[in-house]
Amino acid sequence: MIVAEQKPVAKILEMAAGAQTALVLGCGTCVTVCFAGGDKEAEILASALRMKARLDGRELDAAHLTVQRQCEWEYLDTAADRIRQADVVVSLGCGVGAQAIVERFPEARMVPGLDTRFYGLPTRHGVWEERCAGCGDCVLDYTDGICPVARCSKSLLNGPCGGSHDGKCEVDDAIPCAWHEIVERLTSRGELERLAEVHEPKNWRAARDGGPGRIVREDLVRDAQDGAGT
Amino acid sequence: MAPESRTVETNLSRVLSSGGFAVTGELGPPKGADPAVVRDKARLLRGSVDAVNITDNQTAVVRMSSIAAAALARDEGLEPVVQMTTRDRNRLAIQADLLGAWALGLRNVLCLTGDHQTFGNHPTAKNVWDIDSIQLVKLLAEMRDQGVFANGEALEGDPPRFFVGAVESPFADPVAYRPFRVAKKVRAGAEFLQTQCIYNMEKFREFMARLGDLGVLDKVHVMAGLSPLKGPGMAKYMRDNVPGIDMPDEVVERMTAAGAGIDDKAERQKAWRAEGIRLCVEQIQQVREIPGVAGVHVMAIEWEEAVRPIVEGAGLLPRPEPLGAAAEG
Repeated sequence: MIVAEQKPVAKILEMAAGAQTALVLGCGTCVTVCFAGGDKEAEILASALRMKARLDGRELDAAHLTVQRQCEWEYLDTAADRIRQADVVVSLGCGVGAQAIVERFPEARMVPGLDTRFYGLPTRHGVWEERCAGCGDCVLDYTDGICPVARCSKSLLNGPCGGSHDGKCEVDDAIPCAWHEIVERLTSRGELERLAEVHEPKNWRAARDGGPGRIVREDLVRDAQDGAGT
Repeated sequence: MAPESRTVETNLSRVLSSGGFAVTGELGPPKGADPAVVRDKARLLRGSVDAVNITDNQTAVVRMSSIAAAALARDEGLEPVVQMTTRDRNRLAIQADLLGAWALGLRNVLCLTGDHQTFGNHPTAKNVWDIDSIQLVKLLAEMRDQGVFANGEALEGDPPRFFVGAVESPFADPVAYRPFRVAKKVRAGAEFLQTQCIYNMEKFREFMARLGDLGVLDKVHVMAGLSPLKGPGMAKYMRDNVPGIDMPDEVVERMTAAGAGIDDKAERQKAWRAEGIRLCVEQIQQVREIPGVAGVHVMAIEWEEAVRPIVEGAGLLPRPEPLGAAAEG
């Protein structure tokens, strides 16, 4: 899932300067599961914004609403009137959802209520860890299911650097060394030889380095056109 | 084309391949633009080492470029080993800078991953790591042997034929994997290898034996990394904070004992430093006895004046007459 964190209330108020009405728009998908931008968080944030605004001597009528997925226009359309009516929409979607609002409703003023952090999973209740960097050139076959691009602090492709200690990354003891895990896993499976050959430099073009990503599925595009024609 | 190495002879490669016991030092460029700092440090090392590593934004702290400082050190009569990390430059910048290094007459390159930037003085910087240190070794070996860039395209004219070095931290985790990683670097084309600072000789002996088992010792010149201790504080700091350092308690105790009973601060420091030099001399003698160790890399961090007494104490002076500036033109 996409994992995000809420920005501080004071920061959100500052971004929403000048607005008298605000719609805190939650999202029912990834950010609900990571407790950052679901309906409950949207309700609490709306209330916090009202209170903080009052304490600051400012009037802000903040309400909340949650759509199933902010990152698809058809779901945003269900909230069209509320989005148009508010002076500002505080998006509690990820960065994709937040931008979808502006694309669908160009007249709307939107501010992001979340910082989108990574693609990850909960490793225990209340803890999320990054697992995928969306690099567009998956190497999980080579590393037997543990991603060094997302989980090694240096995204190394040829084994651990000298900063690995007790299975942890030198950057932070809370970060397991991905290469330690890869080596352990391959060793236990008797497949360490897999790492013997030098892994060639990665094709970063498939990631952000090739420019903004775009996928076109001609078959689906065609289907849609055909459908429209009948 | 035959895949044999077409490295040009450098002073370091000559000493290593002649079977002599090589000595390299380390020179950290200044956090500023004054060439005199590099020249002064270079003069302290001249005559005591066969070549000197010029660090590349060491510990992720911005310093004068390793290539520029290497050119300054070379002009002072030292043969530099240009350190190149893959942290700050992508494959375009690395290749461009190393073409420039070659054009300036620099001939040895040491390939490193580089410390993470969050440890340095610009912790909010973006890192690069487009390629890693092993890929850099391979890139330089292919440039040397096939005259091509990383993309396979031929270079114009004679390609750089650097003497290519790599590093290993023998005691970093996962420890059992480290010799395997050395073999990988040798397969990539590394011709010499310098290690992280060694204090645990027993374990280093085991590491070297494992390299022997893997059959890499006749393919790469291994230089043991040694760093003289300035006092018990440095020993404890390295023991507790630096990944890959195996600091036996007896070393800490020995450094502590060296200053015991000395009340005068300056005198105590002098005693510690003298002990640090003595210990380093002993370590050189110990690593010389280990099969496959082809030399030592003495890292006297911000203590360049310690190198001469260490090398002299170890009976390694005079150094072989360097190829020097005359050979470089």
